[in-house]
Amino acid sequence: MTGNPVDCTVKSTVALQIGDVVSDSFRPGVYITDVVFGEPVNIQEISFKNSYTAFLTVRVLRKEAGSEDGSTKWVTCVRNHCLMANPHTEEGSQDYFSIYRQQMLTQPDNVTTVRLIQRQPSSVWLNFNIEEIKIYPLVHEDSERDVPSWLSTITPVEEPLDLNGLPDPDEVSSSIQQMWALTEIMQSSQTSASIGRFDVDGSYDINLLSYT
Amino acid sequence: MMDEGTELSVTIAQIVQRLKGAHLHSQLEKQARECLHRPEIKLESLKEDVRNFLRVSGTQDWVYCVYHAGAVTCLPPPGHPAAPPEHTKEPLAYMRKAQASWEKRILKSLNSMCTELGVPLARKRPIPEQKELTNKWNEMGTDEPGDKCNLKFFTPQTMGCLKNPNHDCREGLTARSHWGLIQISLNVRAIPQMREAYPELSLTCCQLGIDDHAHIPPDLFESEHIRIGNKVVSEQDSAAAQQYSRQGCPTGLRAQLWALILNATNEPEDIMHYEQLKAAVIHHDLLVDNLIYKDVKLTASNDDYYFVFEDFLYQVLLCFSRDTAVLEHFSYNSATPPKSYIQGKTFMSVCVCVCVVPFHGFSMYVAPLCFLYNEPSKLYSVFREMYVRYFFRLHSISSSPSGIVSLCLQFERLLQSHLPQLFYHLQKIGAQPLRIAFKWMVRAFSGYLSTDQLLLLWDRVLGYDSLEIVAVLAAAVFAFRAENLMEVTSLASAEAVLADLSTLKVMPLLQIFLFA
Repeated sequence: MTGNPVDCTVKSTVALQIGDVVSDSFRPGVYITDVVFGEPVNIQEISFKNSYTAFLTVRVLRKEAGSEDGSTKWVTCVRNHCLMANPHTEEGSQDYFSIYRQQMLTQPDNVTTVRLIQRQPSSVWLNFNIEEIKIYPLVHEDSERDVPSWLSTITPVEEPLDLNGLPDPDEVSSSIQQMWALTEIMQSSQTSASIGRFDVDGSYDINLLSYT
Repeated sequence: MMDEGTELSVTIAQIVQRLKGAHLHSQLEKQARECLHRPEIKLESLKEDVRNFLRVSGTQDWVYCVYHAGAVTCLPPPGHPAAPPEHTKEPLAYMRKAQASWEKRILKSLNSMCTELGVPLARKRPIPEQKELTNKWNEMGTDEPGDKCNLKFFTPQTMGCLKNPNHDCREGLTARSHWGLIQISLNVRAIPQMREAYPELSLTCCQLGIDDHAHIPPDLFESEHIRIGNKVVSEQDSAAAQQYSRQGCPTGLRAQLWALILNATNEPEDIMHYEQLKAAVIHHDLLVDNLIYKDVKLTASNDDYYFVFEDFLYQVLLCFSRDTAVLEHFSYNSATPPKSYIQGKTFMSVCVCVCVVPFHGFSMYVAPLCFLYNEPSKLYSVFREMYVRYFFRLHSISSSPSGIVSLCLQFERLLQSHLPQLFYHLQKIGAQPLRIAFKWMVRAFSGYLSTDQLLLLWDRVLGYDSLEIVAVLAAAVFAFRAENLMEVTSLASAEAVLADLSTLKVMPLLQIFLFA
């Protein structure tokens, strides 16, 4: 996962079928979803949540490099990427997927539109789609600002600590004061009564299970 | 899908994390430190030399290592970063919903029991009661349970109501449609794939349960198999034990082999853990204890084979409901443990007061194990391992291939493809096969088969690390009694035909169904 997703507009899905969409009783087996960018993007990753799509083909509209008149060309990046191993069964039907730059047939650079072609050959499902489409741009290693490397080592960027589930040290240190005060109070007012953890008058006071 | 390389490294990280807490890790560290004194370890190539030394000297430890890693394979594969944690446990939204509503029903029933009986969910026992229980620990079977406890039944109707809103369910029966109760389209294995996955059960392979019959000379298979079993046990080779178990475990070696496969140790820390749980039972009384008492009285105590183990069952189950180590399995179980709010004077806190709510027949998971282990702490560790690897899937709703939904579907599919006439006939007379087979599968046949046959079946469950064989056996039983079933005209008579399974021999049935 590299950085933040690019702002894009996901157009409404178009079904590919012969005949009238409304009156025909046949369900389409192919849907097309276009994703349009404000300005050309170099794509690193496309991530989405599947909803019963079996195969996905990704085509991109690329701005041709070195052309002044802004000519564009459609190229296929991923052909019939399998999302559901068996289109008739649930496996993979609601999973999250990512397609990376490295898996693509052509370099997705200077892309203005991404076309996602979804196929579901099985008649078992009423509908199919892909959701939560996010496209991540290629992040360059060197920073954009022209700082020489020896200068950047003097003022290193403080990386957020990998806390791994532990609480933030600043928060902990601020509450330690309070805890210390509590322990002082406890020490000064020691009684012979036993300290039960959650005892209330010698018994747990648990009456009902919660539904949430 | 994530890059395969990253997926592998995340799995390795998970395994390493899991091993860090294990006894094995400290053993390895100790060995590594000791080997530093040896002359062949050189400073320049320290890492390599230590690694080679450990590999050569501690072979059984490495295999143990691999097997402990096997327990981690219960864990779901590392999910996509965007996937919420509940998705990693169970990807299908409607399954999660069904599981949540099932749990709510159980909680409602527990709460109403609480208010009707006027008993708190958990209470500290008064000292005299604690003393009494400590004295009576080995004979709790003499107590009478409360009558007002209602145990929930897990029924096939719960499964039948499971519906995918996106599934196209056509009206009417056609040859293509599924005739059974389960209307979910999960990936289950058909016979050709089962044959590939279970080659050790084929007709050409020797098995315990078939080739150890009285009139077959033991030199043909049995003695050699026992000799290999002894070797596996002496080498403490966990992976080999699992492979060995696929052809059945000899009665004398089964206890050790199962403990090896499940990594259920009886080290001092396990005994201490069990003693701590026992102390917890003595100090606090939980409402679910009444459910346990009632369940044991209704099921195991009435069974000809298991009534002698009544006291053991209490000792194990009462501890089990208090064991917070069981909570770990909720990371891959689609279920969630019941929670309650504790009213304190100045605070409210969530507590998990019981990990698993028992249902009718729960004690039957433990009962067959009593034949193998006579020490309560060992019996307890084996049962707990079996529960967190297999049995929990039999009563929670999920899309896992070993889950009860998949097993029901597999049973129905196998029956429909191989005995269509029988299925159609039963379905027409209102005797859906699942309504009869469900209770067998939920208990993994415990209490229905004779114990020696049941243990042979559970050998294969452990050997193949999957409960699919239970669904196949259910279909095989129907195939065996097909002629009689074709004659019946009602659900009651169909149930009567299939009421007594105690004379069945499991392995020949499975072999014939899969390979003949």
